[in-house]
Amino acid sequence: MEGSLILTIGFILGTTLMYATPLIYTALGGVISENAGVVNIGLEGMMTIGAFTGAAVGYFTGNPWLAFIAAGLAGGFLALFHAIASVSFAADQVVSGIAINFLGPGLALFLSRIFFEGATMTKSISLNDKIPRPFNGIFPQNSILDLIFNQYATVYLAFFLVFIVWYSLYKTKFGLRLRAVGEHPKAADTLGVNVYKIRYWAVILSGVFAGFGGAAMSIAVVSNFRPTLISGQGFIALAAVIFGKWKPQGAMLAALLFGGAQGLTVYLGGTGIQVSSQILAMLPYVITLIVLIGFVGKAVSPAANGVAYEKGER
Amino acid sequence: MRKILSFILILTLAMSTFLVGCGAGNEDSADKGNGEAALKVAMVTDVGGVNDQSFNQSAWEGLQRAQEELGVTVSYKESNQDADYAPNMEQLLDENNDLIWAIGFKMGDTILAEAKNNPDQKYAIIDYAYEETPENLVGVVFKAEQASFLVGYIAGKMTKTNKVGFVGGIEGVVIDGFDYGFQAGVKYANPEVQVLRQYAESFTDSAKGKAIANSMYQDGADIVFHAAGGVGDGVIEAAKEQGKYAIGVDRDQNDLAPDNVITSAMKRVDNGMYNITEQLKNGEFPGGQTVVLGLAEGGVDIAPTSDKHVPKEILDEVATLKQKIIDGEINVPFNAETFAQFK
Repeated sequence: MEGSLILTIGFILGTTLMYATPLIYTALGGVISENAGVVNIGLEGMMTIGAFTGAAVGYFTGNPWLAFIAAGLAGGFLALFHAIASVSFAADQVVSGIAINFLGPGLALFLSRIFFEGATMTKSISLNDKIPRPFNGIFPQNSILDLIFNQYATVYLAFFLVFIVWYSLYKTKFGLRLRAVGEHPKAADTLGVNVYKIRYWAVILSGVFAGFGGAAMSIAVVSNFRPTLISGQGFIALAAVIFGKWKPQGAMLAALLFGGAQGLTVYLGGTGIQVSSQILAMLPYVITLIVLIGFVGKAVSPAANGVAYEKGER
Repeated sequence: MRKILSFILILTLAMSTFLVGCGAGNEDSADKGNGEAALKVAMVTDVGGVNDQSFNQSAWEGLQRAQEELGVTVSYKESNQDADYAPNMEQLLDENNDLIWAIGFKMGDTILAEAKNNPDQKYAIIDYAYEETPENLVGVVFKAEQASFLVGYIAGKMTKTNKVGFVGGIEGVVIDGFDYGFQAGVKYANPEVQVLRQYAESFTDSAKGKAIANSMYQDGADIVFHAAGGVGDGVIEAAKEQGKYAIGVDRDQNDLAPDNVITSAMKRVDNGMYNITEQLKNGEFPGGQTVVLGLAEGGVDIAPTSDKHVPKEILDEVATLKQKIIDGEINVPFNAETFAQFK
């Protein structure tokens, strides 16, 4: 019993990491964009195009890292449209984001039909051509260490990127400018910061991260893309941004909490306890809500978040 | 500058909708050589689209076979969202089709309303059984439990740990057939084998499917069967990573993991479409009924690639079982009550 409890904890932690990783990437994208003052509801669409690009490039080249980078570029490309609409043309950022959410899946489907003989699903990538698992085979199979740490490299990269984003936002000149643009763009402009340029980069970067998040689903969690692969993760990541108070480490914790709740749900569902699986399926959302209400406290968004900046306006 | 940019942007958006529209457009593969009398049969896909490598694709293959062998004229309309169902059906109605198909249970209410509004038009739907079917409508359902029974038997015979798993999508009448048919098959093969069952409460959450399958493999199961759509991608992925076995559903899913998917419980939507079309041509359209297709009618089966992993002796036994089910010697259970009576 003692041993099985440890294995249970190992399983839940392992599932947490698997579940949280795509959310962490995408939430980091949201953090960057929103700290610069651009609301990015289009994360879901950018994730979808990233998931497709990752799966397709991975299948055709057999190189998972090339696929991962291509997925980021695809997400960034889609984000460029969001930037043009919401930064250059001062369009409503929510509307533009919704448009991206329609455009992303539509484009993915369209491209899939071209490259995969009309199929809406990409072909499966073989295990050897997927993102490597650095700790695979090092620990004995089904031991606690194996259950927790035998993850794809994308998992470890996600945590590394949390640190990088935190460092860039709070310890570099670029980060300071980015946050200034999100808090008070006019003041930043007065001091010679190019608000448009910073916002463009922030939105494009957020697309790159969302693309990574999509690829973390399509070439690590599973090995093919299908239109329903990304269904809601982008929005959960967006919630994680707000939940995490617009900070990279906060968003990471929120994603981990959600992943942990999912792991717990799956574990409880397998124990044969007499709770209907519908109720169990609600658990992650209920836990998230309770924590949000009870423990997080007041969250203050960047002051100019969601407000388009137009030069010379009073 | 701004005007030019905005113009380009609008153009891009317009183009992309246009292109996506193209990809999903209708395709009249009209066979004009057959004279005026050729029957016209058309189908509306659900949001999966005609190349979904699942039941929509299978349905279209059935119609194409009908075109080749029965000389009917066939076409399809794809739906990009649930709101497209009714307009697509209206359009097919205007095109004077003799029979209009709806592929998938999601169109159940839409086609019922259409059938009531247009009593002279014949309709049919896959995967839907009405309590009262109008005279001009046919519901076609499949005895998924029979194919599930056969793959359950294979699992029961092949497991080395005496534990197998079942991952369901969302509990309900359709998935119950898979669930209890599978359990019955496992028990029939070897009463000692334990079946771990868990529902994902989703048809899309692949990560959850993977987590559930991982936990089943960790508990000692060595074969997991899924009836859960996209969730199943995660189940098969877990099998691939852990070097365990999985069983696919609806179509032959061996291509997803050639070394791990030992068989699949297949639904032959194509045979269903073909059969009804043939009956229509012969003037025997079963209007007002629910047609149930099982092993006997070729409506369900196990995957043709099963012989790659399943030993020949077991496949021979499966063939015998198939005959017994067709002859009515074995009544495969399809829900909790019938399963309780089964042994």
